[in-house]
Amino acid sequence: MWPIPQIDDDNRAFWTGGRDGELLIARCDDCGYYIHPPTPRCPRCLGDDVHPHAVSGRGRVYTYTINERPWSPGIEVPYVIAIVQLEEQSDLRLMTNVVGCAPDEVAIDMPVQVEFRQQGDAYAPVFRPA
Amino acid sequence: MTMAESFEQRCIVSGIGQSEVGRRVTRGVLELTLDACIEAIADAGLTPKDIDGVFSWPGAVTRAEGLAPSSPGSSGPGVHAVIDALRLNTNWYSAGPETPGMLAAVIHGCMAVASGMCRHVLVYRALNEATAWRTNTQRVATDAEGVTGNMQWILPFGAFSGPNWMALYARRHMHEYGTTREQIAQISLNARRNAALNPKAVLTSELTLDDYLSSTMISDPLCLYDCDIAIDGATAVVISDAAYAPDTPNKAIHFEAVGSALHGRASWDQWEDMTTTAAMSAGGHLWSRTALEPADVDCAQLYDGFTVLSLYWLEGLRFCGHGESGAFVDGGERISLTGELPLATSGGQLSGGRLHSFGHLYEACLQLRGDAGERQVPGAKVVAVSAGAGPLASCLLLRT
Repeated sequence: MWPIPQIDDDNRAFWTGGRDGELLIARCDDCGYYIHPPTPRCPRCLGDDVHPHAVSGRGRVYTYTINERPWSPGIEVPYVIAIVQLEEQSDLRLMTNVVGCAPDEVAIDMPVQVEFRQQGDAYAPVFRPA
Repeated sequence: MTMAESFEQRCIVSGIGQSEVGRRVTRGVLELTLDACIEAIADAGLTPKDIDGVFSWPGAVTRAEGLAPSSPGSSGPGVHAVIDALRLNTNWYSAGPETPGMLAAVIHGCMAVASGMCRHVLVYRALNEATAWRTNTQRVATDAEGVTGNMQWILPFGAFSGPNWMALYARRHMHEYGTTREQIAQISLNARRNAALNPKAVLTSELTLDDYLSSTMISDPLCLYDCDIAIDGATAVVISDAAYAPDTPNKAIHFEAVGSALHGRASWDQWEDMTTTAAMSAGGHLWSRTALEPADVDCAQLYDGFTVLSLYWLEGLRFCGHGESGAFVDGGERISLTGELPLATSGGQLSGGRLHSFGHLYEACLQLRGDAGERQVPGAKVVAVSAGAGPLASCLLLRT
């Protein structure tokens, strides 16, 4: 099965925003910089006015791999693991899965759109072709 | 060009030791560790009473929340176990996974010697992954309480293992620079050819390009022969003050430079330019500490936990330009034992066994002593050694 993240005060917005269909990413409200993974201080301006904000959920595939190996029971192979770059910021990226298409249809720079996969109490942001 | 003597230039490898290495080893991992340590201490002309420092990577770690993954059999005994087993009296010791890769243990050893805290330090790395994987059916961590720490950003998407992470990097390198699977294969084929000349290597049968291209895909574009091979085995070295060099019974090996710089996100998945790894900053760091140049290197024992890592190290250590490593290894001749830059002369981890960069360090020492037998690079005087992947990287330049 897909491993479940342990939800705490630091990561709750990211992992549970999907319950309401929102991808929530920490952002510094002083300088506007998006921060992932979330940290309490902005690494760019060192401000502490950091709060989760809903982003568009649109992005492009930066890189990907097709995993062929059944590492964990209950996950059907092959599946695509990818790094998706969100449109809000060039260095705002997530490790994720590309779903909703055949693995060999995935390509670098392919436009994708977020959707969510429930894993325990968490909603993992995964992406399908846009 | 003259440069002030750096801390590592005040240090030597005075002794080396390595246990039996194999996939069906009956000795336990502490036995293997002590085999290697006792051999290294004796090789240095010393006794345990002379050892006043101990370093290892990662130490007795059964669970890691940082960037260095921990898996069954990957830790070996910690430094406390070795200190006690050999009744050592130490001035300083340390081990831990939160360092710039595995050779950080060696760099820590040099720091301890050069600072005057210690005179002769023992540095080792031990693994029993072959036994652990044979006896432990749970190959990936499934945390009942949920995934925490850095791994929470990776594991929930089924990126369970190193090949997944490094395949993401490799794909980007192939995309931007046209690196091909046929080129990547040369790292694996070269290792296998060299392994046939190493009596301790575990995989020695012929491997062809067709075998490589038709093998099981693990995480596309990385296939079975892109991955190193789990073994049980331990390697140890003794690092001493260079003043001891005239008294060593075997040829002392000098540290010319070390590299460890991490310039970039301390993260696998957030690394900005996946056509590079931390090898780029660590390699640049190394060359900033010596008047020698890449062309002075006689052979290189580059990390090859996965084939593509050797390509990243070729670029990081400036043996070729950024993006040029595929062309550099194309056809395999340049990196063969008779080429301009022989790589993985022992068979590396891909065919020799996953000694986790300490096999490369041991081989570098054999080459510099002229003790590498049939695989000896004639007249080897300068050897590069590297360890690590993604955000983890450390490297050494050793000389006679």
